[in-house]
Amino acid sequence: MNSIKRAISPLVLCVVPLLTVAGITTVVRAEDDEDERETPFNIENTVYRQECGSCHVPYPPELLSTESWTGILSNLNDHFGSDASLDDDSARQIAEFLQTNSSTRRTNDDNGKPSHRISDTVWFKQAHRPGHDGLKPGIFQSAAVKSAANCEACHRNAAAGDYSENNLRIPAPTGNPSER
Amino acid sequence: MQHVIRRSGAIILLTFSVATAAETPADFIARFQAEARQSDQHFTASSARGQHFFNSVHANDWSCSSCHTKNPAAQGRHAKTGKSIDPLAPSANTERFTSNRSVEKWFRRNCGDVLGRACSAAEKADVLAYLMSIKP
Repeated sequence: MNSIKRAISPLVLCVVPLLTVAGITTVVRAEDDEDERETPFNIENTVYRQECGSCHVPYPPELLSTESWTGILSNLNDHFGSDASLDDDSARQIAEFLQTNSSTRRTNDDNGKPSHRISDTVWFKQAHRPGHDGLKPGIFQSAAVKSAANCEACHRNAAAGDYSENNLRIPAPTGNPSER
Repeated sequence: MQHVIRRSGAIILLTFSVATAAETPADFIARFQAEARQSDQHFTASSARGQHFFNSVHANDWSCSSCHTKNPAAQGRHAKTGKSIDPLAPSANTERFTSNRSVEKWFRRNCGDVLGRACSAAEKADVLAYLMSIKP
C-alpha cells in the first residue's frame, strides 16, 4: 500500500500543476482566478462602438463565433425586440470588424445553434454561475445590474474592452451608490 | 496659378464644411415645425404637449421616459440592458441635436420601438420643445 502511495505522489505532483496550467488555457476550468481576462479585448473600431455601443456596452467580437455574429447581423430589424438596423456602409464595416475578430471556437446555445446571446454561451455561464467568485443568485436581475447584458455593472471598464480583475466590482443588489 | 488653385481649394473646402456643419437644437425644431405646418398651417410646437407625449406609454409598453427618465437632464438608463444613457436635454448635454444623421437615426429607431411607427414632424417638434425647455 505504502509503495503504491509513494509511486503515485510524484505523479500527482507533476500532473496536477500541468492540468491546472492546461485548465487556464481552456474554456471550462475548476479554479476561479483564471476567469478574468487581464489584457483588454479588441473593440477598437469607431463605427462598431458608435453603432453597437449605445444601448449596451460594445461587446468584444471575440466573445462570439463568426456564425453567431452573422446570425445577429442578419436580423438587426428585430434585435432582441428593437430595431437596430444599419446603413449599408456601417453594416459592411461592422461585419468585417466582427468577422476578423470573432472567436475561433464555436459559441452554440443549448440547441446546438450559434448563440446570439453571449450570456447563453458555455464559457459565460460557467464564469458567471451563482456562488462563483462572489456572484450571489439573482444578481443579474437585481436593481443594480438589471441584466446579464449589462457587463459594465460589474466590469467597470467594459466600455474600453477591459474585463480585468482590477476593474471588477460587483455592486450591492439594491444599486445603492454608497455601497458600490 | 498656384494661389488660384489654393484659393479655389479653400472655397470648396469652406463650402463643403458649411454644408455639413453640425446643426443646433433650434435648427431642428425650426425644421420640424416647418414640416408640420405643411399639414397644419396653425401648428406651433408645444413644450407641454411634448412632455405629455414623452411620458406617455405608447404601443409597445414603453415611453420615452422609460429610458430617458422623467428628467431628461439626468442620466438615463436603458430599460432592458441597464446601460447608462447620457442626458437628452441639450442644456445638460451639448452633443444632443447637433447631428442630422444622429437625430434621424434615433428618432427612426426609438419611435419604432416605443410607438411602433415613425414619429410625425409635429411630435418631434413638441418633444424637442419640451427638451429645450429643461434647465440643467
